[in-house]
This record gives sequence, structure tokens and C-alpha cells, in this order.
Amino acid sequence: MRSICFYFQVHQPFRLRTYRFFEMGHEHHYYNDFENKHILNRVAQKCYLPMNELLLNLIGRYGDKFRVAFSISGSAIEQLRDYAPQVIESFAQLARTGNVEFLAETYAHSLASLKSKPEFERQVNLHRKTIEELFGQKPTTFRNTELIYSDEIGEMVYNLGFDTMLTEGAKHVLGWKSPNHLYSNARKPELKVLLKNFKLSDDIAFRFSHQGWKEWPLTPEKFTSWLAKTDKTDEVVNLFMDYETFGEHQWRETGIFDFMKALPAKILKNTDFTFRTPAEVSKILQPVAAIHVPYPISWADEERDLTAWLGNEMQDEAFGKLLGLEKKITNCTQPDILRDWYRLQNSDHFYYMCTKWFSDGDVHKYFNPYTTPYEAFINYMNVLSDFTIRVDEHCVENNKGEAKGEPTIQHGQHEAADSVDADKQADDGDRSHDFSFEHLKNISNAKLKKLLKDIDAENLAYALRDAGEDIRDRVLPNLTKSARQEYDQLTEKMKKIKDEDIARGRDKIAKAFNRLFNS
Amino acid sequence: MKILMFGWEFPPHITGGLGTACYGLTRSLATEGAEIVFVVPKAFGDEDQSAVRLMGASDIEIDAADPDTQEFWKRVTYLQIGSNLIPYVTPEAFRRLVEERQRQQQQPIDDLVLKAKFDFNGGYGSDLLAEVSRYALIAAGLAGKQQFDVIHAHDWPTYPAGIAAAAISHKPLVVHVHATEFDRSGENINHEVYDIERRGMEAADRVIAVSNFTRNTIIEKYGIAPDKVVTVHNGIAAATDYTGSTTRYLKEKVVTFLGRLTQQKGPEYFVEAAHMLLQYDKNVRFVMAGSGDMLPRLVRQVARLGIGTRFHFTGFLDEQEVQQLFAISDVFVMPSVSEPFGLVPLEAIRANVPVVISRQSGVSEVLDHVLKVDFWDVNALADAIHGLLTYKSLASEFRKHGKNEVSQLTWDHAAHQVIKIYEDVVAISQLT
Repeated sequence: MRSICFYFQVHQPFRLRTYRFFEMGHEHHYYNDFENKHILNRVAQKCYLPMNELLLNLIGRYGDKFRVAFSISGSAIEQLRDYAPQVIESFAQLARTGNVEFLAETYAHSLASLKSKPEFERQVNLHRKTIEELFGQKPTTFRNTELIYSDEIGEMVYNLGFDTMLTEGAKHVLGWKSPNHLYSNARKPELKVLLKNFKLSDDIAFRFSHQGWKEWPLTPEKFTSWLAKTDKTDEVVNLFMDYETFGEHQWRETGIFDFMKALPAKILKNTDFTFRTPAEVSKILQPVAAIHVPYPISWADEERDLTAWLGNEMQDEAFGKLLGLEKKITNCTQPDILRDWYRLQNSDHFYYMCTKWFSDGDVHKYFNPYTTPYEAFINYMNVLSDFTIRVDEHCVENNKGEAKGEPTIQHGQHEAADSVDADKQADDGDRSHDFSFEHLKNISNAKLKKLLKDIDAENLAYALRDAGEDIRDRVLPNLTKSARQEYDQLTEKMKKIKDEDIARGRDKIAKAFNRLFNS
Repeated sequence: MKILMFGWEFPPHITGGLGTACYGLTRSLATEGAEIVFVVPKAFGDEDQSAVRLMGASDIEIDAADPDTQEFWKRVTYLQIGSNLIPYVTPEAFRRLVEERQRQQQQPIDDLVLKAKFDFNGGYGSDLLAEVSRYALIAAGLAGKQQFDVIHAHDWPTYPAGIAAAAISHKPLVVHVHATEFDRSGENINHEVYDIERRGMEAADRVIAVSNFTRNTIIEKYGIAPDKVVTVHNGIAAATDYTGSTTRYLKEKVVTFLGRLTQQKGPEYFVEAAHMLLQYDKNVRFVMAGSGDMLPRLVRQVARLGIGTRFHFTGFLDEQEVQQLFAISDVFVMPSVSEPFGLVPLEAIRANVPVVISRQSGVSEVLDHVLKVDFWDVNALADAIHGLLTYKSLASEFRKHGKNEVSQLTWDHAAHQVIKIYEDVVAISQLT
């Protein structure tokens, strides 16, 4: 018997409320609770509850011959717990039948796999634990956010203890190969890879109710005949789709529920296919080849790339700044900060900032609470700015595994390689060569003012003479009026100045800097 | 296709955007094969006539004794001259005008208009309505002599001419609305002007609006049938690159407003947003360029809010100074309350300045790579400016796409749609 493998994705993001810059520093609630609750209840009523019931009935009728898989993001679980706990219970009921596999993913439906291995691992473990607690299964199959996959990500996933992973059967990766076999990761052959048959999946998920489609209306008979016509050597057809396809994207009136209700009988009766979960397929089939994916792919858009979430400057700045906080978050135990840390990682926030949709995509507009990507970006960055203030206040940076002392440096970038290790410098007050003007950019105005009090205008003038304009722009507005006057007069006079004077000036700043963060 | 076109101004003798728009449109219409006779009140002789044949109404004499003239005059006498008339331009000019008018002894209108020789001032002087009437009379005379297929009239001073020409020639009339009385005067409209506008729109076979924003005004406030009103967005002519000074003498970021300081341009919202921002960030300066009757009030507002050291008024700027201001600006803001189209943001974008514009502007319909807010939503306006000043990638995304987007807004594109409208009205008029 060949396998047909249904996997449904359940995810709801934490949509942000309109958050203005003047709320930064004092308003810390970021979410549009009303909208989130409203949408969740609507989807629960239109999709999750009726479709769960339908699946439960199918399992009741066909027993072991009917199996499906789910992945439910942590963000969806949190909202279901808050707004529609009966949905969690109905998923648990499905779990108890033993015919439903629950997959693991990143807890926050995050893009962490592309940027930070530790964060990725942390989220996968958190999600795995959550699923185990809720449904009594320890997931062995992994699906990444938006089916994002590369050889490297596959390797990380294998190292986290998974033996199966799902991704898109992207044409540019497969070439002439068929998605209807089991493949293996190019670096870790032990990791089996299941590829989405996007033609047959999208016939249901996207085209089902599209009256301009030449195959409309799609009937169970027709779909079954397509399955029967697949090449006889094909071993598995992977139908991966958003769960919201049923009742939300395709309304009940389109007949999507009737279609799903009638489909198993037709397939089981008229073809040699039976329903299996990803874990089962992975167990019974032998991989036909390794699949090589050096650059990440996803299940989105024609391009099957990442450009819906990352790639324009706004998305990169927003995501980069968020993950730049990671070092401080690592040791953080404050629940409200951790909660927001995850929620702000929802891939949806970056999706709203995509500028591709000006030319294409009503699909995208449908999911987007903002009128333009620019509004989405500004709103997100306002929230992120406030979140950063909180992280700076409450979290201690994790440096080389140990953290002590007051956190002082704000990292603009996640790769904070050039950051000052305050502790280290405290041990060696004279190691002023460790100091760089770049550090001044990262400390708060208050700190900078304090620092500048220690430096006389002459030394400052020397030190800043060859510093970059950005440094001067940072420093000068923080001088007192009189210091500024003195400084201006001195720089006027300093037409010719000695190198050792510059060095002396720099040295003074470095020492004051170290003293400041030492005390 | 031969077009008899009426316009109140033509470059280089212009006072606002109307003449520029007429020039841009006619040049592109000519490349589409339209032959245009463009009638202005007064031809100066230095206009670019490569695309149109320009006729000055001043140069056309009439014979008051001619029965035809008498007949034409009957058709245009509905204009009540001497009542309170808001001229085309600014409210403060209007005030001067009314005072001037009160000092003058009015000549009987018939005598004034029916002189053999009438020297038009052009522009929008105190004799505006007499000029509008005389202009209509001459249009009627012209319509009897010229060969043409369509009459096209730009904004209300030429509507009576368009109506008269259509009545004489039985050719289809297109009126083109670049601005309505509501854009100029808010809700305190001048009813004579409103009536002239409405009669022009009613008499027209098609009404062209420069934006959907204006189209809605025409439908809702003038009661014109929606299927008669077509939106054709303005274009912007290619410009030469600015080569003057771009030195920034200020270390702070600069946020700029540029436009007439009248209620319709929403300058007070700009001041309020500036005040909000300055409470959070002192490293910003706000520049308000332009003049207008609201200036004293705005200066007082700035003083009252205590932001005078960060908020600067420049007065009226010439073209070169405008470019210089753009060169040192980080954000351009147009918070207009009512803006039929709005060319200045396009110029800002072309100068690489990211812009924030109100949704109550026609130009917001054709731009994606800008921030749009409702003019009354000062929180959103301040937040948009803050975002552009603070989050670097936003401005660079705008710079990347903005110029390209503006370069798509051509007069060729607009002219193509106008030709279609001409063909439509000609086809319909031939059926009846």
C-alpha cells in the first residue's frame, strides 16, 4: 500500500495593537487582544471545532486506515488556552485515538532557524515539551516555520533528536525528481525528509473554490482519480496545508467539509493508497536519495524562498534588532519578558512588512492587519523599542556562559562581537586598547553624560579630532553648554596637533569608561 | 482630433499648479495626435506653442452691434457680477480684493464686457468676473468660426466659455476639475463660484477629476451623476537634477512642511505633531516654508507651545530655495485637509526626501511608497515622522522605490486616458 500523508498547520500570531512612540518606556502591553480573541473565536467556530469533529468521525469509521498529522504553534496554543480551551480538548481527544501525530516546531512560529542556533534549540525544546504535556506524545517529526528548510537546518534538527522533517517539494530543488518519495538530509542521512506535493496540496488549499479553475468543482472522485494516476513507482503523496483551509480560507459553503468527509472512502476503495502519518512513512520507506538544499527554501509564493519574511531592509532591521537581544534574554527568567520575546518572534510580524505585495497578492492582503508594510514596520519597531528598554533594565547579558554585574551595553546587532566585556575590563583597568569609540554609540545618554563629566574639554577635543562624524554626533549633544563652548573653541585652535595628544585624549576616555562600568 | 481648449493660464504666466498641469497635458495630447487651440485670457507671446496654438482673448475684438454677439451675450449673462466673489487664489488675496472693489465705482457690466476691445489681465484680479464673462462671450464667437471636435475647459473661470461654445457649436463639452471651491475655501464656500462650477459640470458631457478624492467631492457635493465623472490622475513632468548646495549646517534632523499657510493645507497639525515629537526628541528641527493668512496664528501657536527654538518659518521660497530645503530635509510632510492632487510631495520624493501625506489628498491614491495618515490624527502623524527619523531602513526603502514610482506618473499616461474620453464623447454625440 502506498501512503497518503496529511499534515495540517495550526497557527495564530499575536497581532499587535497600534503602539505609538510616546508610549515607549511606560506602556508595556503590545497586543490587540480584542482582534486576537475575535479572530481566534471565529476560526475556532468555523474551522477548528467542526473540522476536528469531522476528523474524529472519520477515525471512528475507518480506524487505523485513516491517520493525519498536526503541528500547532505555541502562539496558537496560548491563544486557544485563553480564548477557546475547548479546542485544546478536542485536539487532545484526537490525540487519544492514537491515529494522529503531533509534530514539533519552533514555539513562537519563529524564523530563529535562519539566525540563531541556540534560540532555535530553545524554542524547539519548549514546543516539544508543551506538546508532550498537552497530548502525551513526544514528537519525533519536525516541521519548521513556513516549512523553511536547508541542509544546515536539517542537520540542526537531527541533532535535536528528530528523525523526520517536512519541507516543500520546491521545483528548483527537485529538478526532475518527484516529491512522491522519501528523501534524506544531505549532511545527516539519518534524517528523513518528506516533501510537499504542492500541486495536489494546493488543489485543495488554494484552488478548491476558485470558479475560474478549469477543474472546478473539485470532487472526491476527481481528486481520487488524480491520485490513482500518479506514477506507479511513487510511494507517498504528501498533502501539507494550513488547517484554516477548512472553513476559514475555504468557507463551509464551498463544500470543503463534504469533500473531506467523502474523500477517505473514495481513496481507500478506489486506489492502493492508505493514510499514514509522517513518522510512519519515515519508518516504512527507504530514502531514495539525499536532497541538496544549500540555500533555505519555504512553502511560500512562486519563488518558494524567504522573501516574504526577510530580505527587504525593514524586515532585516527589525529581525536583526530583535535577535540582537538574545544574549540578554538567555539568562532572563522574568516571565513577562520571555512571553513578549516569543510573541515578537512570530514570523507574521515580518510578513506584514513585505513590500512584494504591491504588485501581487490578494492572498497576502487577506492576512494582513496593516494597510501598508511601512505602517507594520513602524508599529513593530515602536513595540520593539519599548521591549528593548525593558530588556536592558531587567536582563543580564550572558557573556561566555557567565553573567554578573550591571548590564550596561546595548547591542545594536545580534553579532555583538565588538561589544565591551565590562567584567573583563574591570580586571585590567589599564587595558585601554580594548576600548573603541564604537562603544560610545551603544551606551545610554545618561551614561554618556556621566562619562563626559570625567573628561576635560581639551582631552575630548584631541580624542575626537580623528573620530568619525557619527561618534561626534553622538558625543557632542551630550556635553553641557559650557563644555560644548570650550570644546568648540579648542577645536578651532587645533589646526595642528600631535599624535600623542590624540592618544592621550583617547586614553583618558578609555580609563573613564572602564571606571564607569567598573563601579 | 481637434480640440478647442479653454484655460485660464499657461506657462510661463502662472500662479499655481493649474497652468503647469495644462501645459503638461497638452504636450502629451499633441504627441497622441490631438490638434489643440488653447484659448487664454491674455497671450504674452513668450509661451511655448510647440504643442498648442495659443490664442489670447484680448486679441479678439467684437462688434457689440452684431446680432450674433447680442445672441451670444444672452447666453452668458447669467453671471452676476459685482457680488461677493472669491477669486481663484488665496483667501488673503480675496480680502484685499473685496476692499479694493468697495473703493471702486463699478461700471455697468454690459458696457464693460461689450466694449469692442477688452484688455484681459489674465490672472485673478478684481475684474475677474467681468473677465470671465467677456472670455465666455469671445469663446462663443470663436466656437462659431473654428473647426473642432471637442471642447475642453479647465476649472471654473473657463466653464462659462465652455458652456457658451458648446451651445453655439453643438460639440461635446469636457470640463476638467483641478480643484473645487471646497478645496479653496473649506466649508465656507462662495456660492457664485459654486454655482458656476456646478453649471459647468452639469452642462458637460464628461467631467474629468484629477483624483478620486475630487471625484467624490463632485459627486457628493455637486450632485453630478457618478458615471459622468472620470478620474484622470495628473502627471509630473521630468525635472532637471538640482545641482546647488546640499550642505547641511544643522546637526539635527530636519522635518519640512511646504505650502500655502491656509486652513486647507493643515499647517496647524504639523505644528502639533512637532510639539509631540519635541517632547521626546530634541534633536529635530521643523521647518515651515510658505506664506499665507494663517501665518500669524501659527507663529502664536508655536510660541504658546514653547517650541520656537526648534520650529522655523521661512516665508515664501523660490524654486531654487525649495530645492535647497529638500536637500537638507529628512522628512517632508503634507498634512492637507483637502488636496485635489498635490504636486509637492512628488517633488520631495524626486529630491530623495521620504514623505508623509494625508489620506485626504489625491496624490495619496497614486503613491505606495509613502506614509499615509488622516490629517486629523496627530498621533499617527507624529508617529509616522518619528518612525522615519528613527528607523533607518524605512527611509532607505522609500528612497529605493520612491523615485521610480514617481517617474511612472507621466502626462503621457494621463493624455492617453483623456484621448479615450474625447473619443467616447464624440462617438456618443454622433449617435444623437
